[in-house]
Amino acid sequence: MGLFILKRFAEFVPTLFVIVTVTFFLVRLAPGGPFDSEKRVSPEVLAQIEAHYNMDRPLLRQYADYLGGLLRLDFGPSFRKPSRTVREWLFMRLPISIELGLYGLAFALALGLGAGIIASLRHNSLLDHGTMGLAMLGICVPAFVLGPLLVLVFGLWTDWLPVMGWTTPAHKILPSITLGAAYAAYIARMTRGGMLETLSQDFIRTARAKGLRESRVVLRHGLRSGIQPVVAFLGPAAAGLLTGSFVVETIFHIPGLGREFVESAFNRDYTMISGAVLVYAVLVMGLNLVSDLALAWLDPRIRAR
Amino acid sequence: MCITCITVLALTVSGCSSPAPGDLNLLQVGNGAEVQELDPHVVSGVSEHRVLSSLFEGLTDSDAATLAPVPAAADRWEVSEDGLHYSFHIRETAQWSNGAPLAAEDFVYAWQRILSPRLGSEYAYMLYCLKNARAYNEGKLKDFNQVGVRAADAQTLLVELENPTPYFLSMQNHFAWYPVHRPAIEKHGAIDERGTAWTRAGNLICNGPFLLADWRPNEILSVRANPRYWDAASVRLAGIDYHPIDNLQTEDRAFRSRLLHITNTIPLHRVAWYREHRPEILNLLPYYGSYFYRLNVTRPPFDNPLVRKAFSLAINREEIVNNVLKGGELPATSFVPPGDPNYPSIDAVQFDVDRARALLAEAGYPEGRGLPPVEILYNSSEAHRTIAETVQRMWQEHLHVDARLLNQDWKTYLSSMNTLDYTVARSSWIGDVADAVNFLECFQTDVGNNRTGWSSPEYDALLARASAEPDREKRAALLRQAEILLLDECPIIPVYFYSWKFLKAVELKGFQPNILGYIRWKDLYLDSGGGK
Repeated sequence: MGLFILKRFAEFVPTLFVIVTVTFFLVRLAPGGPFDSEKRVSPEVLAQIEAHYNMDRPLLRQYADYLGGLLRLDFGPSFRKPSRTVREWLFMRLPISIELGLYGLAFALALGLGAGIIASLRHNSLLDHGTMGLAMLGICVPAFVLGPLLVLVFGLWTDWLPVMGWTTPAHKILPSITLGAAYAAYIARMTRGGMLETLSQDFIRTARAKGLRESRVVLRHGLRSGIQPVVAFLGPAAAGLLTGSFVVETIFHIPGLGREFVESAFNRDYTMISGAVLVYAVLVMGLNLVSDLALAWLDPRIRAR
Repeated sequence: MCITCITVLALTVSGCSSPAPGDLNLLQVGNGAEVQELDPHVVSGVSEHRVLSSLFEGLTDSDAATLAPVPAAADRWEVSEDGLHYSFHIRETAQWSNGAPLAAEDFVYAWQRILSPRLGSEYAYMLYCLKNARAYNEGKLKDFNQVGVRAADAQTLLVELENPTPYFLSMQNHFAWYPVHRPAIEKHGAIDERGTAWTRAGNLICNGPFLLADWRPNEILSVRANPRYWDAASVRLAGIDYHPIDNLQTEDRAFRSRLLHITNTIPLHRVAWYREHRPEILNLLPYYGSYFYRLNVTRPPFDNPLVRKAFSLAINREEIVNNVLKGGELPATSFVPPGDPNYPSIDAVQFDVDRARALLAEAGYPEGRGLPPVEILYNSSEAHRTIAETVQRMWQEHLHVDARLLNQDWKTYLSSMNTLDYTVARSSWIGDVADAVNFLECFQTDVGNNRTGWSSPEYDALLARASAEPDREKRAALLRQAEILLLDECPIIPVYFYSWKFLKAVELKGFQPNILGYIRWKDLYLDSGGGK
């Protein structure tokens, strides 16, 4: 197991290096620069601004400087938001996106697992079809439709919940539901599939024959094996929740990393884009590793490999 | 599993109330794009201007209704007869938010800072009316003492201009001219260093009616009444919370759930609804901005002025304004919008299909035959796309042109315009001051904002003569000649004049409309608030 983790970590470094390098050069290839604006600045002023950010140096030198900075965890200054460094921006934004992602995931798991188990236990009943129909709807309705709908009902019509911001717990309900809904639907369908397969296996019949309570059969023996597809899905899902929060952050005006990332791409804020890509890359790789480890813990066959 | 259920339950139970504005007499403002910086010498956007005008105060302010200059940091001033020398008397009671007295030297320091070449200020050009300011900013002059500003004593600021500039006093409430507190700047870096920590809450020292209390980027920026402001007694708001909401729909929902008193703008499709159901909160006001199409005159077919003119004549602006925009915009009759009190707007842009076809035939393209395809470039936006589609249809219908659309993201679009890699490009210009020259100087030869390849020595000469002309009427006549020449040569096709569209809660009082979209925060108050 230790060797497995070590091996995965060893793969991280070259992958990150490639990501950093490709991002560095790719963003600079995009047309337009960070300091282009509607009211055009004079060439003299532009030269001064570029000199301030060392953009007057040869590109390879800039790249070397950037790599050197990264080793010290210095992502450089933000070109478009000069009041703070990229590191400061990332540290400010990332926890909010993580918090939003966690709540979204919690909601998705709670609803998805519950609905999936119930549907599998009432296989082919009205409840099963109804739950799975709803799940299909959840997958099909995108966040940019669901978010405003929830706001309309719970914010504007009933005035129960605030429609924007990220301050009190009440502010966090609608965004978390909007973000988690599609994942809840996936998880419900996966749980149902996994559970149906597991519940028809011999060891479940044995457990029942031994006279175990049905709740113990389902929750202890059935679920452990039945949720394996869900656990495998959790890594990519968590990464998707964290990196895909842009739409939800925009609808609910949440100061998370998703919005910062997209804005920085539009603004050609080179250092900010590179910083955000790096953070996302680390997150995605880390979460996939966690998911692999969880799978190994659940299934001895994988551990043995 | 249990933990997740508890988390969701806790979230569900914990908050079922929405905070309503009006608490503590705080004004809630939708402020559009996120403020990128609070350094008046580095910023360039409208949202920054909104915040900075509550924190800082220039020598003069503008009357919110008439935009006429009124005393602010300076309580009086004298102007020489030739209009080249100004003598400002700084108010004895004016002080910084830390209690230090505001001195004439603070303005000298601030203007030196914004003109410092190394700072790379985008708005330094606004100070080019000062004697030798341009040379200093471009690094050709090293000695700042030769620039036309100096402090005669602690309270007297002497200014010498390059040319008589009729809008010099009106410009003083623009952030480019604001004073800054030297010790606050130099505590965190050099005079010409950008991006230092002096603008953070706790560090920022200002001289305006409000002071910076909190700034959580992309979340909220809060200012509170400045007790040391010279006119603090007349400031009725306890503070302002600026919410950076750049998504139009999100801002609209925030207003409807009473989280905002005033919005930055309105989604286009909501205007009709508000007009019918809530006219008392809907504001559609004339705005000093022009929406136009740039034509690349270095490429056929627009290297021919006759073709340019024909394309302009084939646009029905009334239809665009009344059927597409429907938000209080006005069909453009010229390039410079109405609003400069010294410059009556001209009526030189028309819709005349017969003449358009005749001109096209005269240019060698009868019935549009032989015309190459024309591509309309616009940056990603629903409104720009709808307008471009309408213009495309008009050109196809009236001129039989193969008109196509090209959508690019903002920076790519700017790059295409800057490198003249386009045929037709949608554009706009919003005036910084209510003076026609602010619009017309864009199309001088080799000016960065020209972006059409058009050049006319006659046009340049007219603007140069206007800038040296002390007599206002003669100056206006010269500018008028220049605009007529511009519209006749047609490197641009004016489409409409902007409107300032926003929602304003009925309890917000003291607001005065003006064409620059300037909000004088110190005049505002909330009728339902309990006072300070």
